[in-house]
Amino acid sequence: MTAVLFFLAAIGALAGAVGVVALRNPFYSVLALVSHLIALAALFLLLRAEFVAAAQVVVYAGAVMVLYVFVVAYVGGQDDPLHRPGGALKVLAPLFGLAVAIELCIAMLGTALKGISSDGAPYVPGFGTPEHIGALFLTTYLFPFEVASLLLLVAAVGAVVLARRRRGLEPEPEVDPRLHAPRSAFSGTMAEAAGFRAGAGTTTEPEKQIEPIGSQTSPAGVGSAADQPEGGW
Amino acid sequence: MSTTTFGWLVLLFPLLGMIIISLGFRRLPGTSAGWLGTLAIGLAFAAAVCALISILGQPDTHRELTSKLWDYDVSAGVDAQLSILVDPLSIFMALVVSGVSTLIFLYSIAYMKSDRGYNRYFAYLNYFVFSMLLLVLSGNFLLLIVGWAGVGAASYLLISFWYRRTTATSAGIKAFVINVFGDVGLVLGTFFIFRHTGTVDFQKAFAAAPHVFSHNSTDLVAGCLLLLVGAFAKSAQVPLHTWLPDAMEGPTPVSALIHAATMVTAGVYLIARMHPFFEIATTAADVGAIVGCVTLVVAATIAVVQTDLKRVIAYSTMSQIGYMIMGVSVGAYSAGLFHLMTHGFFKALLFMAAGSLISAMGGEQSLDRMSGFRKAMPFTFICFIIGGLALSGLPPFSGWLSKDDIIGYLDNRGGGFLILGIAGYFGAFMTGLYTFRMIFRAFWGEPCAEARELEDGHLVHHDVPTNPQTGEAEDTDVGFPGAEHHIAERDLSMRVPMSVLAVLAVIGGVLQIPGIDNALTNFLEPTFANSHLYHLEGSTGAEWAGLIIGAAIAVAGIAVAYRTWVLRPGTSAALQARFVRIHTFLYNKWYFDELQDALVVRPVQWLGRFTETVLERGVIAGGVTGGTVGVVRAASAAVRRAQTGFLRYYAAVVIVGLAGMALYFLISAS
Amino acid sequence: MAIGWYLTVSALIFCIGAVGVMIRPNPLVILLCLELMLNAGNLALVAFSRMWGREDGQIFALIVMVVAACEVTVGLGLIVAIYRRRLPINVDELSELHG
Repeated sequence: MTAVLFFLAAIGALAGAVGVVALRNPFYSVLALVSHLIALAALFLLLRAEFVAAAQVVVYAGAVMVLYVFVVAYVGGQDDPLHRPGGALKVLAPLFGLAVAIELCIAMLGTALKGISSDGAPYVPGFGTPEHIGALFLTTYLFPFEVASLLLLVAAVGAVVLARRRRGLEPEPEVDPRLHAPRSAFSGTMAEAAGFRAGAGTTTEPEKQIEPIGSQTSPAGVGSAADQPEGGW
Repeated sequence: MSTTTFGWLVLLFPLLGMIIISLGFRRLPGTSAGWLGTLAIGLAFAAAVCALISILGQPDTHRELTSKLWDYDVSAGVDAQLSILVDPLSIFMALVVSGVSTLIFLYSIAYMKSDRGYNRYFAYLNYFVFSMLLLVLSGNFLLLIVGWAGVGAASYLLISFWYRRTTATSAGIKAFVINVFGDVGLVLGTFFIFRHTGTVDFQKAFAAAPHVFSHNSTDLVAGCLLLLVGAFAKSAQVPLHTWLPDAMEGPTPVSALIHAATMVTAGVYLIARMHPFFEIATTAADVGAIVGCVTLVVAATIAVVQTDLKRVIAYSTMSQIGYMIMGVSVGAYSAGLFHLMTHGFFKALLFMAAGSLISAMGGEQSLDRMSGFRKAMPFTFICFIIGGLALSGLPPFSGWLSKDDIIGYLDNRGGGFLILGIAGYFGAFMTGLYTFRMIFRAFWGEPCAEARELEDGHLVHHDVPTNPQTGEAEDTDVGFPGAEHHIAERDLSMRVPMSVLAVLAVIGGVLQIPGIDNALTNFLEPTFANSHLYHLEGSTGAEWAGLIIGAAIAVAGIAVAYRTWVLRPGTSAALQARFVRIHTFLYNKWYFDELQDALVVRPVQWLGRFTETVLERGVIAGGVTGGTVGVVRAASAAVRRAQTGFLRYYAAVVIVGLAGMALYFLISAS
Repeated sequence: MAIGWYLTVSALIFCIGAVGVMIRPNPLVILLCLELMLNAGNLALVAFSRMWGREDGQIFALIVMVVAACEVTVGLGLIVAIYRRRLPINVDELSELHG
């Protein structure tokens, strides 16, 4: 019975994971992840982690995923383009992943940890119940608990600040025209030494993109202006 | 109080004066800064007099007193101390410096009255006198160098005092650069001597000199020649003299101070102070004597053709300092110092009178424009005549006794020194000539417009003050120089010092009259006790013969001047037309400036340009800096290529790293 | 079931998540793949907790969930901000940090 349940849950989890990666529409990816999380909660239950399983379903599959869905709906679930750069990575990435997976399996096979092949420690009543977890959180792990709550607060504030609606575009930063006066070679700032004009990243006017004389000797540093996005920050 | 305490007080008062005036330069009202400065120097003079009285009470053998406040550094081989040496020579110098300076300060109170930089001026002046007193009172080479450099810095400040005049600032820079050249000579010379004597203290070094140096030993001659470079630069001797005429850009009292009391006499003092070395290194002493002689002739010839009133006096100073350098180099120490003193009196007097005259001309300095001031400025005229007669060396004026003392000593030593003596007589003739050329041109003849105005009781002020050198209009609102002019006839505080100096210029010679008294020689005796040249004076008869010859030559010079510029006024123009080449040569000051330009300035400029274009741009910027920059750039360009900015690429790198690490652990575990 | 099975599943999910991060250019999906990797870690933690019979691993898993929630909040906030600025929602085109 356990084995059947395990395989069902495991296959569900793996299928969900593959779905997340393989589906082209982000909305479907989110749905795949939800199913994956629910399957994972079943695995947790099999491991007698009741509270974690409950939290997984309620918090993760419930709240967090709803957030995802909202964002996908807001941003728009564009399909990924078919032809995109980084084609080599598309081939190499599964190879890297496979390499890591094989290494992990070898590690598990070769491990001296005896418990790995057992069904786990003898079951003690109450293991993994909210009662036990709560007691641990309020005694041994009180400090991590408080830190985690602080972290959540910070994340909430950060998200609000990031997603806040700005009032129009910010004014163009003033660029000192002296910085663009022609100078002799081998004099100037660190920014120029790296091939940038000071302030080149903040201005999009082409006539201001005069490169220093010294930078002509290093073509590698000249490309900064070309990669700028069209809309100014 | 002990003698050395007075010595310290001599230094303390000007220092205090400088500090008070410079700290309170915004708050000191009216002429209070001038009075404060004068008081400070007056107190220094009083302290010097006290030191003199105190030292006269000591027995002859105890008249060289050293006093140290503290040690800077006393360790193996170095004995740097803050010490002064109070002996007859330093007291004599302190008396001359502080005495003449006091009178010049008093004169400045009125002369500089309307200048906006009044308080700054007196702070500088106090600093100048303090540096000079430090120079003459220092008991070791280190303090000597400090004072020496301080005088150079002060001269820079004062020559370029009217800093809105471009001519003044460039003159200040010139003086400073040449003085620093001399400073380097002094420092290196000190090192040559220190290497052998192992001490920087004067007394110890002098005592050790005969033991560690053989006669004319190479190191000592080199050291003494380097000291002479310092002395020549400070005392404006050929070929380092070109700053002195340019230094006339400063206010006239500053010229008086530089020429009469401080600065240019430092070289004379240095040679007299270092006489134990120079008597061993006779070659160096001969060089000093010859250079002094050349200077006195060259300067005298230039002075005959200059038309700028102050420059004529400046060249006469050079010439007179030439006498002194020549004198102290050959061993006529008391005569040289005697001339230093009398020259201080009459040269200060001449400059003060010249200042008064220039004020009456409304700032104009050219002799070509002056004439006939005899009636308009009787007091200035009398002072000029007294100063001129003393400078020319006419009996019974002080210059007569002191200058011919030097020449008499040279004649007495005979041999090659006789040539120097004859050159000295030639210089005396020229002195009479150029001095009275100046006086006749300024005071005789038809009164010029300014003189007539003054006779009517009105002092000329130009509508637009101009720089007498370039004719540029000057901005008196900002204050330099003062908009008002002051002449001796109208300002008591100018008249008093001039009167005192006039009296001293007349009677100053009584200290040293052959056969009658020998006060100065006897007083200075303890300092020169170890000298074998000190008592080589001729017999009284020979000295008197020299004096009479000198007086006759001076009269001849004055007579020629009288004939040329008063009796037959066209003569000089005729001579100038006849000997146009010589005139041009002399008028251009023997082309010394051009020579320095060609020999030093141009090569240095060329070297500067060379290093700038080739070394700096090519080697440093191109090779060293540029090379490093190139290497760093190439390296960073290579590294930068790894930073693609593609997030997925980074993630792949992380995964590869993870796989690599896992592989490492797997292999190391198996 | 032996603990090893759970660990194997965990390793596979982790690798799938890693491959997803590497091949998907959409930041939203990359965040989802990160969730996958975190959950793989959670599964391993819980499995080990079961193996030792102690609950510390579960505590750890819960803390990881908190961190994951934070990461999602900030990550989604960033995505919204990017969208607001009319920038492409594609990590390949958001590459100003290149050298």
